[in-house]
Amino acid sequence: MKFLVCISLVPDTTTKISFVDNDTKFNNDKVQWILNPYDEWYALVRALELKEANGGNVTVVNVGPAENDQVIRKALAIGADDAIRIDVTGEADSYAIAAEIAAVAKSGGYDMILLGKETISYNGSNLGGMLAELLDLPFVSYASKLDMAGNTASVEREIEGGKEVLSVDVPFVISCAKGMAEARIPNMKGIMSAKTKPLNVVAPQGVGSLTSVVKYELPPAKGACKMISADQPEELIRLLHEEAKQI
Amino acid sequence: MAILFLVEIADGKVKKASFEAASYASNYANSVGKEAVGLALGSIDDASLSAIGIYGAKKIIHASNAGFDNFDASAYAKAIAEVATQISADTIIISQTLTGKAVAPVVSARLKAGIVSGAVGLPDADFVVKKAAFSGKAFAYVKVETAVKVVAVVPNSFGAAKGDGTATVEASAIAPAASRVTVKEVSRQTGDVAPLPEAELVVSAGRGMKGPENWGIVEDLATALGATTACSRPVADVHWRPHHEHVGQTGVAIRPNLYIAIGISGAIQHLAGVNQSKCIVVINKDPEAPFFKAADYGIVGDLFEIVPKLTAAVKALKASQH
Ligand SMILES: Cc1cc2nc3c(=O)[nH]c(=O)nc-3n(C[C@H](O)[C@H](O)[C@H](O)COP(=O)(O)OP(=O)(O)OC[C@H]3O[C@@H](n4cnc5c(N)ncnc54)[C@H](O)[C@@H]3O)c2cc1C
Ligand SMILES: Nc1ncnc2c1ncn2[C@@H]1O[C@H](COP(=O)(O)O)[C@@H](O)[C@H]1O
Repeated sequence: MKFLVCISLVPDTTTKISFVDNDTKFNNDKVQWILNPYDEWYALVRALELKEANGGNVTVVNVGPAENDQVIRKALAIGADDAIRIDVTGEADSYAIAAEIAAVAKSGGYDMILLGKETISYNGSNLGGMLAELLDLPFVSYASKLDMAGNTASVEREIEGGKEVLSVDVPFVISCAKGMAEARIPNMKGIMSAKTKPLNVVAPQGVGSLTSVVKYELPPAKGACKMISADQPEELIRLLHEEAKQI
Repeated sequence: MAILFLVEIADGKVKKASFEAASYASNYANSVGKEAVGLALGSIDDASLSAIGIYGAKKIIHASNAGFDNFDASAYAKAIAEVATQISADTIIISQTLTGKAVAPVVSARLKAGIVSGAVGLPDADFVVKKAAFSGKAFAYVKVETAVKVVAVVPNSFGAAKGDGTATVEASAIAPAASRVTVKEVSRQTGDVAPLPEAELVVSAGRGMKGPENWGIVEDLATALGATTACSRPVADVHWRPHHEHVGQTGVAIRPNLYIAIGISGAIQHLAGVNQSKCIVVINKDPEAPFFKAADYGIVGDLFEIVPKLTAAVKALKASQH
């Protein structure tokens, strides 16, 4: 089975977020870029597990500039067979990224396209559905479990306050959340072999964005926390009722 | 011209988030002199649909084909796109529930309509919309450049303002496209409390609880408040609590009016899922717990003593209100 895993780069979780150029651009200074956790831990690792069980090939794809190559190699070190980077350098929104990946995926004959549930930077949750529509494939979102029997997948997905179990035949697009797999740490052999695995750079189609970010803003600083004595917890309930007016 | 919003149905009822979508859509429609029209897909009685009028919607289109009861994102998106074209809607509002998150981007790509997902405010005159980004650590203002636009709104970020009026319900013969996804089973918590992403009041607890057998005091407080329960990740990982309760970066992101955190330290990955709550209360025996920095109200002390007293105080308050 041929797997395509979409991987994005995001600032490390603990990054202090700030902006430059009049709050129009994210401040890249001293930022450590990592693979988006959901892409790495869930989408990639589950694809590798399925390949290990049934055979096949796992390709990772990223839309971004040459600086991304080092982080893309980490996906190869974890176990992907090869990588494609679509060489987009400027700003691109979800639609532009999806259209670029769709163009590459169209001729690739992939049975399954896996993504993270969202990027922890843009929190779009956009790409999976767009890609499915552009490729005319079924889309399953927020999967927490994925098992294959022949060409049919049995999937559990999160819904409000519960879960849904469904089945879908390949080819399909699936976005992955917690529960799909456990994170893997690359071993020495993986790291060594990653250096020689193919990382193919593809020229973009130049699809334009449909949206643009005009400005960023940090949330207003929290006022000081009002402390209530442990001897008088009732006081908290009074404040929540009379002052905060939340209950 | 119309503003179209999606009416979601769960267990034969309109989801709470859809009332908010109706409110959002009619607010925006009023500001631009258009009409808010809802679209409901699947089985539901018309009375429930016309009741959405109270949130400002004038008309609900009901495609009652039972095929829609089997959720398939593509089939939903096709129907939404078709109706949007029929009524020349230039803006499509979808609540960012887990259903909405699956459908909205498919609609966007299908109509080649720019999308703002995670919206927390109304579009301005240039169609710039405020959205949450960086896992709650910042906001982005996104401008949509296309003629047709999709906005996916974060539940409980806008509120559902009640007015008066009922909506007319118009039957539509639209049928779902042949489904490629077959739903086998749906299991959902039952009862009256709102499911997590939609909940206005949330009582959440962490490892400070020491063990699952102690959760009774958390549930009692939640019941007294009419709140939904949640938990930190390690607690779900060791199966003290079900996975759908886990909030945070890897779990559900929520934005309730009130979030009460009991015995949770306030790690950055936990905060990422709850820091947009309007009011945060922290109960922790450690005065240095990082959560206090993100809190509005705090009590330093032993949760096993404090929580039952809070429950009693809530009950007394509720009793005094009757
Ligand atoms: C990549 C990544 C993703 C993660 N995603 C998430 C996520 O989505 N959600 C999440 O929650 N975590 C997540 N985590 C884990 C997170 O970093 C913390 O480890 C976790 O949130 C801690 O859970 P806790 O606060 O329940 O436990 P602890 O950190 O152990 O805190 C327990 C707290 O209870 C207090 N306490 C103990 N006894 C009492 C008592 N009797 N009375 C009052 N207070 C008491 C203690 O003072 C302490 O502050 C993630 C971690 C990583 C690395
Ligand atoms: N630049 C990119 N290149 C490849 N895949 C991406 C890119 N951006 C996002 N993705 C994938 O799309 C998913 C959802 O992203 P988003 O729609 O931005 O929340 C991510 O988890 C990735 O799997």
